[in-house]
Amino acid sequence: MTDTEALRATPLRALHQELGGRLVDFAGWELPVQYEGVIAEHTWCRSSAALFDVSHMGVVELRPGAGSGGVAAVAEALEAVTPAAVTSLEPGRQRYALLTTDEGGIIDDLMVTNRGDHLVAVVNASRRDVDLAHLRERLGATGVEVIERTDVALLALQGPRAVDALARLVPTAAGLVFMDHVIVADGATLPNGTVTGPLGVARSGYTGEDGFELTVAADRADALARALLAQPEVRPAGLGARDTLRLEAGLPLYGHDIDLITSPIEADLAWSIPKRRRDDGRFPGAARIRAELADGPSRRRVGLSVEGRRPVRDGAALRTVDGAPAGTVTSGGYGPTVEAPVAMGYVPAALAGEGQILIADVRGTDVSVCVSPLPFTPHRYVRGAK
Amino acid sequence: MLTPTELRYSQDHEWVRVDGNRARIGITDFAQDALGDVVYLDLPAVGTAIGAGDKIGEVESTKTVSEIYAPVAGKIVEVNPDLVDAPERVNADPYGEGWICVIELSSEFDPSDLMDASSYIQMTEA
Repeated sequence: MTDTEALRATPLRALHQELGGRLVDFAGWELPVQYEGVIAEHTWCRSSAALFDVSHMGVVELRPGAGSGGVAAVAEALEAVTPAAVTSLEPGRQRYALLTTDEGGIIDDLMVTNRGDHLVAVVNASRRDVDLAHLRERLGATGVEVIERTDVALLALQGPRAVDALARLVPTAAGLVFMDHVIVADGATLPNGTVTGPLGVARSGYTGEDGFELTVAADRADALARALLAQPEVRPAGLGARDTLRLEAGLPLYGHDIDLITSPIEADLAWSIPKRRRDDGRFPGAARIRAELADGPSRRRVGLSVEGRRPVRDGAALRTVDGAPAGTVTSGGYGPTVEAPVAMGYVPAALAGEGQILIADVRGTDVSVCVSPLPFTPHRYVRGAK
Repeated sequence: MLTPTELRYSQDHEWVRVDGNRARIGITDFAQDALGDVVYLDLPAVGTAIGAGDKIGEVESTKTVSEIYAPVAGKIVEVNPDLVDAPERVNADPYGEGWICVIELSSEFDPSDLMDASSYIQMTEA
């Protein structure tokens, strides 16, 4: 980003400033990295409920063209660009999916929701332009309309008490289970008795905690955020805490833990490719992905617990105790809930077993790390019987 | 932001408290606030001889790593042992319990080598 390009502001920018948020450039967006402090916000999210502004993420509607086969045709078209199952995604449900390259790398990871008559994909801020171009190119011939929504804001309310806070404003929220999505016509009831109007409510998030992701008209976002922050359970949290929360939860971050080179299998995301898709192989990169499913990948994304207190960060080289190269750290830092440094990285498959000791080079200092199961903190999603 | 008037300050956001031929140093309130939650310090070894401006350690917060430079020349004679298990003291009390080390000065201290509080405040507000 050059200084001639202005940072983009979300509808909550004034609120962030008012709350004392420390605004930084994140993927071209002016967003708070923290308010009172990363550790306090992280800990509050794990114990109560934290409100994050995630409006920098891209909201992409995928709508059936006139005279086409409706949402089923859109789902079928989307399966041509992802190895996830989309045609089996029921209305009111959402699912994690990867856009893959023809070589089996990852263009982006996204959340796909079936909204009944169309699909919505929520994509990473840093990838929205790439994703839009890719979707338009690959889906153009199918008649699917690819529409970027820039008139909405996205809020994430995360933590074990998020449901208590949100249900006071949107009673319907309490009835949802993990990965459910509903559009509430009246939306949230505000303290002055008015309503926000249509609100997308999904029981999902990227912290490992129970929680919700809310889609609201940009001009109602400030009022909704203030109403949520008025609930005793809720405090604001910035991108710093969002990163430490997702790291402890073992969730990959695009551009760090997954990218155009890493495959879904190397990234330990094979769970997002169900049997039907493995069998049909009608997705980009199928040759590499199916070969890695059959024979195992040459390297794997693993968790790394760190000996001592010194954080091991993105980019640190790994080697065996005998000095042989053993991969690279792709995410790392202090885990406030674990109360110790934690990291993720790619290691050769032969060294990916739990308990494997490796050495990380932290700016010239050797730090001992141990391959560990992910997540570092257990996921606490509220799953239904479905 | 606290900037005690009895201390001297470096361009690199360290404070210095001189007592005879010894200088106690730490990082300023401005620096700890900019760093955010401190989670680790790489401290110098006692006995190390250092020149003014030499890198003597690192301070890491949840988001970033920053170098610590010696604001004066001499020899490290003491490091704060409590920061190993309680690095957050740098945030909570940067001029007190969050001190980093003590340097035995190799020559007489010249206060004009460093900034006074008002110059440091001016620099951080610029």
